[in-house]
Amino acid sequence: MRIFNKLVQGTMAAALGLAFSVSALAADITGAGATFPYAIYAKWAEAYRAATGNKVNYQGIGSSGGVKQIKARTIDFGGTDAPVKEADLDAAKLVQIPTVMGGVTIVMNVPGVESGKLKLDGVTSADIFRGAITKWNDPAIARLNPGVKLPNLAITVSHRSDGSGTTHAFTHYLAKQSAAFVREVGAGNTVNWPSNAVGGKGNPGVAANVQKIKGAIGYVDIADAMKNKMNFVALKNRAGNYIVPSQQSVADAAAGANFKVKGMAPDLLDQPHKNAWPITSATYILAYEKGTDAAKQKGVVDFFTWSLNNGQGMAADLGFVALPPNVVKMVEAEMIKIK
Amino acid sequence: MSEPSVTSGMDLHARQVRTFRLQDKFFHHTTQLFAFVVLAALVGILVSLTYEAWPSIKAFGPSFLWTNIWSVPDDEYGALAAIYGTVVTSVLALLIAVPISFGIALFLTETCPVWLRRPLGTAIELLAGIPSIVYGIWGLFVFAPLFADYIQPPLQALLGDVPVIGGWFSGPPIGVGILTASIVLSLMVIPFIASVMRDVFETVPDVLRESAYAVGCTNWEVVRNVVLPYTRVGVIGGIMLGLGRALGETMAVTFVIGNANRINGSLFAPGTSIASTLANEFGEADPGLHIASLFSLGLVLFILTFVVLAISRWLISRSMGSEGL
Repeated sequence: MRIFNKLVQGTMAAALGLAFSVSALAADITGAGATFPYAIYAKWAEAYRAATGNKVNYQGIGSSGGVKQIKARTIDFGGTDAPVKEADLDAAKLVQIPTVMGGVTIVMNVPGVESGKLKLDGVTSADIFRGAITKWNDPAIARLNPGVKLPNLAITVSHRSDGSGTTHAFTHYLAKQSAAFVREVGAGNTVNWPSNAVGGKGNPGVAANVQKIKGAIGYVDIADAMKNKMNFVALKNRAGNYIVPSQQSVADAAAGANFKVKGMAPDLLDQPHKNAWPITSATYILAYEKGTDAAKQKGVVDFFTWSLNNGQGMAADLGFVALPPNVVKMVEAEMIKIK
Repeated sequence: MSEPSVTSGMDLHARQVRTFRLQDKFFHHTTQLFAFVVLAALVGILVSLTYEAWPSIKAFGPSFLWTNIWSVPDDEYGALAAIYGTVVTSVLALLIAVPISFGIALFLTETCPVWLRRPLGTAIELLAGIPSIVYGIWGLFVFAPLFADYIQPPLQALLGDVPVIGGWFSGPPIGVGILTASIVLSLMVIPFIASVMRDVFETVPDVLRESAYAVGCTNWEVVRNVVLPYTRVGVIGGIMLGLGRALGETMAVTFVIGNANRINGSLFAPGTSIASTLANEFGEADPGLHIASLFSLGLVLFILTFVVLAISRWLISRSMGSEGL
């Protein structure tokens, strides 16, 4: 009975919501997709509505869901963390633009080792995350950390148990470092973690596991790591410098990247800038080249034009990293294609 | 003078009867429709699960059930690790929950002072109403760290060197894992099992109980020789009900089981269950075999739970029916 009541309430609420959305302005737009940028899209939508009166509704249903829905033409724009390939963009007649950037950071819980004091390079990280290095006092780690007292403690790899763009970016970075990692673990939203691994749901789940399990190492996005005051690993970048992640080092990674490619999705991993954070990625939206509803197409362009010009501060507050100004100009030029 | 009025009275009466009959008919058909809607939904779910799972069923056949591989990068799927985790956590949860529930139910029906019965009974029923995500969060943030610090190391020290059993408690004490999930699950099913047990224990006629006491039986003898034989089937039904809930539990298990798609002999090791795999991977599943295999897993769980619940319902109704409730 209680369940039935809830159902009735839910249905009524949905019906009311429908009635309201129908009666609202025609330029209301709907998007769906990646959960990673959900917080910033929601924030932008709220500010955009306050400024212009137009409504934007974004649902975090996952990147693959976003791509599926935009191809099925059920939404006005789709969100995805993993960029769609050029050929697929052409085939589905879609325009792809980046909106904000973020970084994935390696976090650890090693008793006696402070945040930022543990140094790792790409290959050693890959060996840890594929289960080839299983103790913290392994010579491979000790070699990079002279003077740091490493305990004789088992390493527990903490990963995302839900399919995730964070895992996608992180495993693609490690895959670049080690062929063995590609072979044993793979790269993608969901991969085959080694036997000393434990999965947590969402970034908060991974953060909790790393903080509770002694000897744990994991990966979370920078915003979550900072919010939870986690212990960072200093990661060696392509230029050979050990970098502790920050919004600046993510921005520096994008500074040298060439966004002038179809789909505007250059590889931001392992960039050569001397201060670049190696595990940097952007999140993207997809829209139709030619839509059926001109007002909605214009709504998408208006919303993101407004957000990219007015919403950079909001992005930084939420732990995202804004696109460099020259890239914003390029995105605006690209959006002319959305008609 | 009176004749017409009688006929009209009869007419009125007949008309009324006809209206009532129509109403009854209407009532009957409407409620029947509602009941069939539920049945149709059940069949609909089964059919759509099978339809969506079809690519996976076609690709892997029945070997899906006993293949121990779940690899998204290689696009190869088998349900064994998930079935193993589901069954092991549920059975362990029952091993913990049944004796405790049994004790609770016996205390409430046999030896509890009357004034305490209602508040205690209500408290146990309230436990059943706590949303499972609350158990999950509590399990991850409170129970798992305590378990890792204060229970796992002593258990390992005590049993680690015993052959066979030692293997169940090997591996680093990380807090989350199969055993943690089982313990949290047991807490969640205790209220269900305890309240069913209490209800069936109450069906034992006072005459029987009092006669046993009159011939000098102790509490335990009454329970052993009168209450249990009388309610055996209902008790099993209650346990099955708990099992059904444990099998399908999703959020709490996802939080504390460790989510590793593999079978490890140790109970301290992370594992996975069918429900937690679905909760984890559905959101970002790739179209094709991955999503079809998740539907296959759903189908397996659907059938497993359905069978367990059907058996439990049947046992409970048999027990209550035959004992004249």
